[in-house]
Amino acid sequence: MSEIKQALKDRILVLDGAMGTMLQAYKFTEEDFRGERFKDYSVPLQGNNDLLSITQPKAIKTIHAKYFEAGADIVETNTFSGTTIAMADYEMEDLVYELNYESAKIAKEVAIEFTQKEPSKPRFVAGAMGPTNRTASMSPDVNDPGYRAVTFDELRIAYKQQAEALIDGGVDILLVETVFDTLNAKAALFAIEEVKDERSIDIPIMLSGTITDASGRTLSGQTAEAFLISVSHIPLLSVGFNCALGANLLQPHLEAIAGKTDFAVSAHPNAGLPNAFGEYDETPEEMGAQIEEYLKKNLINIIGGCCGTSPDHIRIIADIAAKYKPRIHAEHVLATQ
Amino acid sequence: MKVKQSKYMRLSGLEPLILNENSNFINVGERTNVAGSRKFLRLIKEEKFDEALDIARHQVDGGAQIIDINMDDGLLDGKESMVRFLNLIAAEPDICRVPMMIDSSKWEIIEAGLQVVQGKCVVNSISLKEGEEKFIWEAKQIKRYGAAVIVMAFDEVGQADNYERRIEIAKRSYDVLVNKVGFPSEDIIFDLNIFPVATGMEEHRKNAIDFIEATKWVRENLENASVSGGVSNVSFSFRGNNTVREAMHSVFLYYAIQNGMNMGIVNPAMLEVYDDIPKDLLEHVEDVILDRRDDATERLLDFAETVKGSKKEKTVDLSWRENPLQDRITHALVKGIDAFIVEDVEQARQESAKPIEVIEGHLMIGMNVVGDLFGEGKMFLPQVVKSARVMKKAVAYLNPFIEAEKGEEQQALGKVLMATVKGDVHDIGKNIVSVVLGCNNYEIVDLGVMVPPEKIIETAKKENVDAIGLSGLITPSLDEMVYLAKEMERENMDIPLLIGGATTSKAHTAVKIDTQYKNAVVHVNDASRAVTVVGDLLNKQTSNEYVVKLKKDYDEFREKFLKRGKEKSYISIEEARKRKYNIDWDTFETKKPNELGVQMLKQLSLKELIPFIDWSPFFRSWDLHGKYPDILTDKVVGEQATQLFEEAKEMIQEVVAKQLLKPRAVFGMFEANSINEDDISVQKKGEEIAIFRTLRQQLKKREGVPNHALADFIAPKDSGKTDYMGAFCVAIFGAQELADSYKAKDDDYSAIMAQAIADRFAEAFAEYLHKQVRTKHWGYASNEDLTNDELIKETYKGIRPAPGYPACPDHLEKETIWELLDVEKIIGVTLTESLAMWPAAAVSGYYFANPEAKYFGLGKITDDQVTDYASRKGIEKSVARKWLHANLAEQ
Repeated sequence: MSEIKQALKDRILVLDGAMGTMLQAYKFTEEDFRGERFKDYSVPLQGNNDLLSITQPKAIKTIHAKYFEAGADIVETNTFSGTTIAMADYEMEDLVYELNYESAKIAKEVAIEFTQKEPSKPRFVAGAMGPTNRTASMSPDVNDPGYRAVTFDELRIAYKQQAEALIDGGVDILLVETVFDTLNAKAALFAIEEVKDERSIDIPIMLSGTITDASGRTLSGQTAEAFLISVSHIPLLSVGFNCALGANLLQPHLEAIAGKTDFAVSAHPNAGLPNAFGEYDETPEEMGAQIEEYLKKNLINIIGGCCGTSPDHIRIIADIAAKYKPRIHAEHVLATQ
Repeated sequence: MKVKQSKYMRLSGLEPLILNENSNFINVGERTNVAGSRKFLRLIKEEKFDEALDIARHQVDGGAQIIDINMDDGLLDGKESMVRFLNLIAAEPDICRVPMMIDSSKWEIIEAGLQVVQGKCVVNSISLKEGEEKFIWEAKQIKRYGAAVIVMAFDEVGQADNYERRIEIAKRSYDVLVNKVGFPSEDIIFDLNIFPVATGMEEHRKNAIDFIEATKWVRENLENASVSGGVSNVSFSFRGNNTVREAMHSVFLYYAIQNGMNMGIVNPAMLEVYDDIPKDLLEHVEDVILDRRDDATERLLDFAETVKGSKKEKTVDLSWRENPLQDRITHALVKGIDAFIVEDVEQARQESAKPIEVIEGHLMIGMNVVGDLFGEGKMFLPQVVKSARVMKKAVAYLNPFIEAEKGEEQQALGKVLMATVKGDVHDIGKNIVSVVLGCNNYEIVDLGVMVPPEKIIETAKKENVDAIGLSGLITPSLDEMVYLAKEMERENMDIPLLIGGATTSKAHTAVKIDTQYKNAVVHVNDASRAVTVVGDLLNKQTSNEYVVKLKKDYDEFREKFLKRGKEKSYISIEEARKRKYNIDWDTFETKKPNELGVQMLKQLSLKELIPFIDWSPFFRSWDLHGKYPDILTDKVVGEQATQLFEEAKEMIQEVVAKQLLKPRAVFGMFEANSINEDDISVQKKGEEIAIFRTLRQQLKKREGVPNHALADFIAPKDSGKTDYMGAFCVAIFGAQELADSYKAKDDDYSAIMAQAIADRFAEAFAEYLHKQVRTKHWGYASNEDLTNDELIKETYKGIRPAPGYPACPDHLEKETIWELLDVEKIIGVTLTESLAMWPAAAVSGYYFANPEAKYFGLGKITDDQVTDYASRKGIEKSVARKWLHANLAEQ
């Protein structure tokens, strides 16, 4: 049994919080984003957070370290938009391998440092694979519902490249996250299976969908359970939800899947819903109290935060998580037999 | 029974669908299937997607828990239609809330479907039919896409048709899927083949009970697997008697579900409530379904007559002989019964003032009924051809009487010249159209095959015909048609030109032919349309208007076609060569053929070829569309198809018994190496004896996808390895003579049948010989037939592409094969000036043994390759352009 699976059996694992929120605090300018290397680049680069792994690696390292310090077991690489499809906006398709590779390397260095300091609590890196900015099962053109802006194969190829670079950079897990169109996720899973096959390796996969609003469905229209069924053909380390909703609104959807899967269950909700200014203002204490409800109901194996969460949120969540036993899932059952 | 189940199949659309013990029976909607619904096919063809979506919606509203989507039709781009329709469904939450069943016999269509659906689908279907290797590969892909799968009870030997074979195949399929692929057992669904009962044939008696018992066995022994099937097949022999059919469905389902069938295609409108079936009917039906008595079928047949509902017609029913004369003649024509026609016509002649009135009156009234029924899709082509046979017999009887009365002439609606163009020998389609027009009262001047343009024009003028119909099957014939149109224009002719045949298309007609001739040019690809088109063209009142409309339609079509959106880009031939398909020759062991050199196959019995016959194209040649054997039970054409099939089998029996057709083959294996990238040097003891020129794909593809040429499958000279390739020609002799002998007896039906059968034998022969070569003469797959699992991976390696077909569209390469094998001298197959083979029932091609060799389509090529090809081949570029014109990227 791999180290991560062992850890998952022993305790509730804590995932980090938001990267974007932390980066906002740095107030990086266009020049900061560009750094020396891209100072003459023809396209505006401010907002390309993934690029900071190359131009501001210290900041990224610091943020990872802060989350580990706060008690996170797993940090996510700074690669949410690290596909040729998402990078097309910045005309940085050719940089995709390097972005992912460097981001993975940075995170892994920090993780090794912390594991060495505290060997009883090994730290892990999850390679974040975001949804891209296109949907494979929905048309962006209301007048032409049969049109698709991206195909399965295009996604598969882009995700494959990202997965390979992340693995080369040393990640322990691949995290396909913020899935709002299940078909995009299926392309990512297909790509990862190809990489596993070609390299004869096994790498754990976490998959996290997004329920976009009170309808209780993904953006592409699936219920939580239909989503679960649609991605369960691949042996996942965990399945769960992140983003869009705060911890309280996410709970019914976690309940909808927790009883129906043998995989571990994860959640990394937002710090509440955004206020009128688009800011998240749920305090660490408020969020912690909501999350404690999950734990009391034994719904969760991996818990963390998404938009609006900070190391303070994660510290409180980690403290609470330490008091509870993980949800029993198939891996656990097998392991204890 | 004790169902073995620890896990349940879970599917999803926007919502979940779980098959557990509470879910009872999952009903699959099947109206969104082009093979099963004419209406759906028409809507898809006409791109009326809104209405097609309504059919899907109607199914879901009506309670279908899964919908089956099938786009397998020869005239559709199945892949594109599948993707388009599924994409549209994805935008309709009230439809896509249920899981999709992606139904196709083609893997590429299945895969394309899997790539556009977010939910967990069902694939329909895969089987061991083409061996374990393909089965495993497809199952692995399906697993990776995340879908459940229907496995047909079909293996290399054939379709399971009894209890033991069903179990054997189900067990083997299950073991391969679970143990070798790691396929989740709960995602396996077996289609155990529901076949009709009460057909009167002894071997069909146990069809239902065998299915039911095999279902029980599967559910008790193959953990977590499901069982499905198409229920309406079982009652096929009672078509027309819905009372009995509904009862049969209910009884069948009652027992099948009790024994574990948990999914299937059932038309809810065709289902009686089990308990509402009258006790006497129930008893009779159960006797049949459960095969409880030897006379169960006869008893149900008798009983069925007493049951309300339309009565099943008996073949021996002669009650129509009691009807008035005109009704009898009409009946004989509609039903194609020639037994009494002379007798009836004689009576009509005696009752008429002049013999000609019998043709213009009695017979035409009957043929008009035939024409109407055909036009409405209520009669099918084989029936119409049979009607024509009766008509001919009647006319033949009347002719001496008509000639005896001078000055009388039958007034036909018009005269149509029919010809297969110069260089082409294929005429089944032309003959069918001739017959159909003939029986719609057009006079046909049939010039036969390989007719030079001068003769067509000369005859058209001399005979003063009202229209010309041209037919052709091979690509060079398209040029002949263009040439003829030009000549007609030069001669200032003013009659319409009809274009038909397998390679013709509306696009080619509109773009290339219509522009050459100021009068009407119409593409007509099926016999039923021919009648209405010719009728409209020759109708004095409306023809002008119709021609104007037609011209306008072709103008618009041409414009649209030329502007069509799909801009494709091409790479240079040098670039394409850099992207050739790479085989690792260092590690590849070439296999020296057991028998090098040329040989012929002697004294083969036709009987040996029968198991290799692919029947689906046979039905297609009769305008009956569908897959064999499903077509035999098809709702629309099943009855006709079954009858046609029986008659074909009868003729085959006679042909085999009397050796009326003679198969001959020549083939050879040679040393070979690819040279200069795209050529293959064929050698004998190291000395070059021929060079095959191959063509390379130039379509720009995504990174990592190669640009194929056949030469890639042969080891290059500089690899230092001796590789091998083969070539062959098979032909069936005697078809023309046989057809002529039927024609002499005014039996066009049998004449066309003879040609269609000869074509099937030729294809079967090619398949047979390929197998012999693989396993024996070359022997690179000598263990192909062994069932040993480890050895069976070797099944069906290698390809046999034919010049003139997609991988190597240049017909000129046939000349090289002819020289290499001395085809003409050894077996007597000749090539026409357009390089069609004579006799027409013939197949020639190459053998490639490399396990990585596969079929591909060349697609379009650009001018640089044409220049290069012409210089390699030592021919004028204009000649190369002529032969390759269908593949030129710029037109």
